[in-house]
Amino acid sequence: MELNVIGQDDHQDTGSSCSSGSCGSSNDQMGHLPQEIKDKVKNHPCYSEEAHHYFARMHVAVAPACNIQCHYCNRKYDCSNESRPGVVSELLTPEEAVMKTKAVAANIPQMTVLGIAGPGDPLANPERTFSTFRMLSEQAPDIKLCVSTNGLALPDAVEELSKHNIDHVTITINTVDPEIGAKIYPWIYWNNKRIHGVKGAKILIQQQQKGLEMLVAKGILVKVNSVMIPGVNDEHLKEVSRIVKSKGAFLHNVMPLISEAEHGTFYGVMGQRGPEPEELQDLQDACAGDMNMMRHCRQCRADAVGLLGEDRGEEFTMDKIAAMDIDYDAAMKKRAVIHQGILEELDEKEAKRARLASASVPAAAKPDTRPVLMAVATSGGGLINQHFGHATEFLVYEVSPNGVRFISHRKVDQYCIGGDTCGEKESALSGSIRALKGCEAVLCSKIGYEPWSLLEDAGIQPNGEHAMEPIEEAILAVYEEMRVDGRLDATPAHVAELAKA
Amino acid sequence: MALSIVDSCVNCWACYDVCPSEAIYESKPHFKINARKCTECEGDYDQPQCASICPIEEAILDASGAPMNALGTLTGIPPEKMAEAMREIQSR
Ligand code: SF4
Ligand code: SF4
Repeated sequence: MELNVIGQDDHQDTGSSCSSGSCGSSNDQMGHLPQEIKDKVKNHPCYSEEAHHYFARMHVAVAPACNIQCHYCNRKYDCSNESRPGVVSELLTPEEAVMKTKAVAANIPQMTVLGIAGPGDPLANPERTFSTFRMLSEQAPDIKLCVSTNGLALPDAVEELSKHNIDHVTITINTVDPEIGAKIYPWIYWNNKRIHGVKGAKILIQQQQKGLEMLVAKGILVKVNSVMIPGVNDEHLKEVSRIVKSKGAFLHNVMPLISEAEHGTFYGVMGQRGPEPEELQDLQDACAGDMNMMRHCRQCRADAVGLLGEDRGEEFTMDKIAAMDIDYDAAMKKRAVIHQGILEELDEKEAKRARLASASVPAAAKPDTRPVLMAVATSGGGLINQHFGHATEFLVYEVSPNGVRFISHRKVDQYCIGGDTCGEKESALSGSIRALKGCEAVLCSKIGYEPWSLLEDAGIQPNGEHAMEPIEEAILAVYEEMRVDGRLDATPAHVAELAKA
Repeated sequence: MALSIVDSCVNCWACYDVCPSEAIYESKPHFKINARKCTECEGDYDQPQCASICPIEEAILDASGAPMNALGTLTGIPPEKMAEAMREIQSR
């Protein structure tokens, strides 16, 4: 049986799992985009599922002030639009931020993107944000710049943004309906006044939409982030997805609400729950019909450093940076060579996929086996290279006769902080198992005896036989084994139960 | 007449940026208002700007020492609900 990794041309024969022809696979997410946009996002770890295994990003926390309040945010901590709640980032001056960026770029040559995402709203801190960008454009022109915003101050910033050669902007848009907005945003600061409720939400929504249109008109790439809040905006996000796409956003990223009472947020304290992984996936699938979805966003913190899912911020605190002696010109040369190497590797992979796709069996000849979810423990490089017990998150893929597509990452710690989502003293191990709900196999480099048997009991087959192999090929191999063993004939009870719910 | 900033301030800089009188300054452990410079925004705005943008309840006090933004008015969390959640978390 010849299975291919879903390529750009097999949109027609989507399996039952895939509600729409345009449900992008991990690699195909960008399939519909014009070439110049594809080129722009190719080595951006936050935009390309593929690139995020290879390239690194960093955030600098230079923007402390905010101009709105969101119900999922507690201002004692970082902004949770872009960051994890309950986290306080190291606030830097623009000069310190530039020093730090150069130090990281010299030490982690894979670092291609510098983002400002908080801890407040970057555009509510225009001087701090723009002076950082201005200095970096001059001193480190090989670093891409991006910025995330709630959108309120966006229309006024577009002109300035277009000057600084910032080609990626993320807007968090949770609704286009002021009534829903009032349930998410208690107030905004606007024209020197605090404006509460529906009136404030309406202004925010108008500014977001206007800002989106203005950016698109300027040729600046726009990604839209939405926080999925069950019972508040979950159904509505399908409409949001449709609208932002029609206005020219190139990617829509639906993120789960993270809400615990100890975060002290409105939603946390009032008992608003976040979505279950499968609810999130269903919504992402539904939105994918209208729009390319991004599924690998890590909601990283405002001072995160490294590959997505990892944070090497500790190595680059201001006192450690002060002790480093950075020759940025030399670093830039080294960086260029390394970037070129990675791009060549990515091109090779793409060419291989294209070959496989063109050689693939016609739809009728494909076995009609059911789709399966599998989880992978990886520390980057597109390989299965992490010990089960070291994984703080798993990448979940769906595999079917149509190939492999990336579905989501699932954090382990997210499910074992106590409270009503799990038992009082749930161990990290049962947290991992919970995070793998709905999966039938987990691929890792190694796994201990105890988790092995617990996973088996939970109906999840542990697999350490594909260590150091490329993720997609290994998943296809395991799927084929399952087919040969007859394990694809019937859906296991624990998976069927989820599908019913 | 002047406003003042107290301990619950989280040093977010928002008030500093919007004060028309440059009365707010960075200080440890938190931002402060220079009482001689603060005009309560009279002549510039209807509402004191610092208190209109500050996200933290009870961080800014009026001249009489009463909070400009009372508990529950910014987050929308009823104070008794917050107290209950805090008790619950501490008892774990
Ligand atoms: S009341 Fe007005 S003048 Fe006084 S500190 Fe606040 S913003 Fe400044
Ligand atoms: S806006 Fe409030 S919390 Fe922020 S620095 Fe000023 S007083 Fe402190």
